[in-house]
Amino acid sequence: MSKGVGVDLEDVCIRFGDFVAVREANVSIKGGEFFSFLGPSGCGKTTILRAVSGFLEPSEGRVMIGGKDMAGFGPNKRPTALIFQNLALFPLMKVWENITFSLEVQGVGKAARRKRADELLEMIALTGQGDKLPSELSGGQKQRVAIARALCAEPDVLLLDEPLSALDLKLRQHMRTELREIQKRVGITFIYITHDQGEALTMSDNVAVMRAGIVDQISDGHSIYNDPATPFVASFVGENNVFRGKVKSINGDHAVIDTNRSGDLVARIATSAKGSLNIGDPAMMFLRPEACKIATDTSAAQNRLTAKVLHEEFEGQIYNVFLEGAQGKEIKMSLVNVGQERQSKHSNELTLEYNPDQAVILPAGELASE
Amino acid sequence: MNIANFFRNYFEKNGIGLGTFLLVAVVFWVVVLIILPQLSMLDFSFRHHLPPPEMGGPKDVYTLEHYEYLILGAPGADTSYNVVDLGVFGRTLMAAVFVTLLNLVICYPIAYYLAQTKGGGGYTRILVLLLIIPYWINEILRAFAFRIIFGDSGLINETLLVFGLIDNPVDFIRANVALYAGLGYAYILLMIFPIYNVIESLDRNQIEAARDMGASWTRIHWRVVIPYAKPGISSGCTMVFMLTAGALAAPQILGGPSSLWFTQIIYQWFNQGGNWPRGAAFAIVLLVTCVIIVLSMMRIFKVRMGDIGK
Ligand SMILES: Nc1ncnc2c1ncn2[C@@H]1O[C@H](COP(=O)(O)OP(=O)(O)OP(=O)(O)O)[C@@H](O)[C@H]1O
Ligand SMILES: [Mg+2]
Repeated sequence: MSKGVGVDLEDVCIRFGDFVAVREANVSIKGGEFFSFLGPSGCGKTTILRAVSGFLEPSEGRVMIGGKDMAGFGPNKRPTALIFQNLALFPLMKVWENITFSLEVQGVGKAARRKRADELLEMIALTGQGDKLPSELSGGQKQRVAIARALCAEPDVLLLDEPLSALDLKLRQHMRTELREIQKRVGITFIYITHDQGEALTMSDNVAVMRAGIVDQISDGHSIYNDPATPFVASFVGENNVFRGKVKSINGDHAVIDTNRSGDLVARIATSAKGSLNIGDPAMMFLRPEACKIATDTSAAQNRLTAKVLHEEFEGQIYNVFLEGAQGKEIKMSLVNVGQERQSKHSNELTLEYNPDQAVILPAGELASE
Repeated sequence: MNIANFFRNYFEKNGIGLGTFLLVAVVFWVVVLIILPQLSMLDFSFRHHLPPPEMGGPKDVYTLEHYEYLILGAPGADTSYNVVDLGVFGRTLMAAVFVTLLNLVICYPIAYYLAQTKGGGGYTRILVLLLIIPYWINEILRAFAFRIIFGDSGLINETLLVFGLIDNPVDFIRANVALYAGLGYAYILLMIFPIYNVIESLDRNQIEAARDMGASWTRIHWRVVIPYAKPGISSGCTMVFMLTAGALAAPQILGGPSSLWFTQIIYQWFNQGGNWPRGAAFAIVLLVTCVIIVLSMMRIFKVRMGDIGK
């Protein structure tokens, strides 16, 4: 199996008539990487995947696979295999025929195909189930058959379009681990599409976050979560409390913004905004619920807020506390459940505190809609 | 026990009034309009051809005379089999099979195209209209239109003459080209729509998945689309075959002087010959043979009866 074939999108624009589905996407995916596209519904993820697999030619720009321009190569001529959102197994073929369809296309004899099918069935832990029809399998099993079918073609790049979205939560989490393991074993490039940030963050080496046809940020899950490049990324990935204001002062890596309701707040300037943020600019500060703590020192400071407890949700490993700050500003805080006394009774006045390094400031921009 | 339950549920669901009406309507339809006429035909076919006064008299007994006639010919004829009628019978069935296959070859791509571009807006709708509107015109007019098109000075001959492709008009009627074209066209919708219906429900991703795995268009159709469309194909073929074998107007109008369709012989016995029992016997032989052919085809291509209704 050939390994490590990279995929590069260079200035890719895709238009449907007047509608721009993808604009100027520049994405470089290294060979052997597990790469995810993450974004809300309708942002153009599938469209990008179809351009990589060859079902769609970009209106502008180039799709390179292994350094080779793919323009003019149809889906059957590209070293990619696509796993569809609904799997698209062939309902009238047996499981083993499904898996080895690509070999059948190549004219491989039946005995050899059967043998290969059995190897792949073993890999996906479905030994002995080759003679069933897809309709006789469970959701997770079908999923694995679809993966085996795609891998059987020995593609250099495997493309997965939200393949887990039809599964229930437990199975989805299980398949995440399994997919990641399969990817490590076969070592080929995986391009994975999802609107589920948990999936993207747990499995991927790198994630591209998309918003309405635009790639906002490409980096590893850590940076996406801790150092978002745009307000959209900050609000789409994970949860964040948003504070709007104007930049009041800048001090090295940190800035203070003057929010109209919560006073002056200090936070780290996001990497993408360094050098471009000026005093007086409209800005946003993002504070994650889990970065909030209950302060023991209640004196005023630029990293403290006072708030009143509205209600509390108990989730097991964490408590979510919903608070109301000055002038009705809603704030959410998450506390790890370590068996502490629940001090957040209704309408308790609290002082919250955060580490300024754990909050980020970005130039004001579009947020992900809830 | 079960049946009692079924009726209780049935009446609870539909109410007494509507339930009774539906039941009576269905029973009337099935028994009076379908079963009884066919049974009386069957009965006819086993009776002697008698003048009315003798009907029900002592001579009116069951006989295999008409079936024998179809196979062996008139008693004392110079051949030992009824070569003429059997020949027509065989040729009719062969021609019906041929027309059905021709129809399938023409209609499958159309149905596929229609089904796969259903979102495609204007063109598809226009194409569907073009297919349907000619059927507002009655069968006989359509057949005569074909006669005109294929005639000596018809559109086709004129065109070929103008372009110098032929020197003399081709006799399409005598060569039965007009007949096959007319029969093929007559039931085109009955072939297209069942196939269209199944293909429409085929998940496009399956086609794309096959293409992604390198399959050629031929293989995609052979392995993915056709197996999926099989119920539609078989119900289309069944209808076209049955109706073609049983067609009367088109052979009457478009058939060449030497060609006789088996239905024309049946018609002659009923009408000109006034021999209803013989006509009934011939018709029943045609019906039973067609049913046997259809059932064995279904067996060969592994189509179940239940699939056809899909
Ligand atoms: N063939 C097409 N013609 C016109 N517009 C299209 C076509 N395909 C996609 N679009 C539009 O492009 C945009 C992006 O579609 P796409 O399918 O890539 O979304 P997505 O990110 O995959 O969403 P989801 O998560 O819901 O699958 C959508 O607004 C969609 O309406
Ligand atoms: Mg999609």
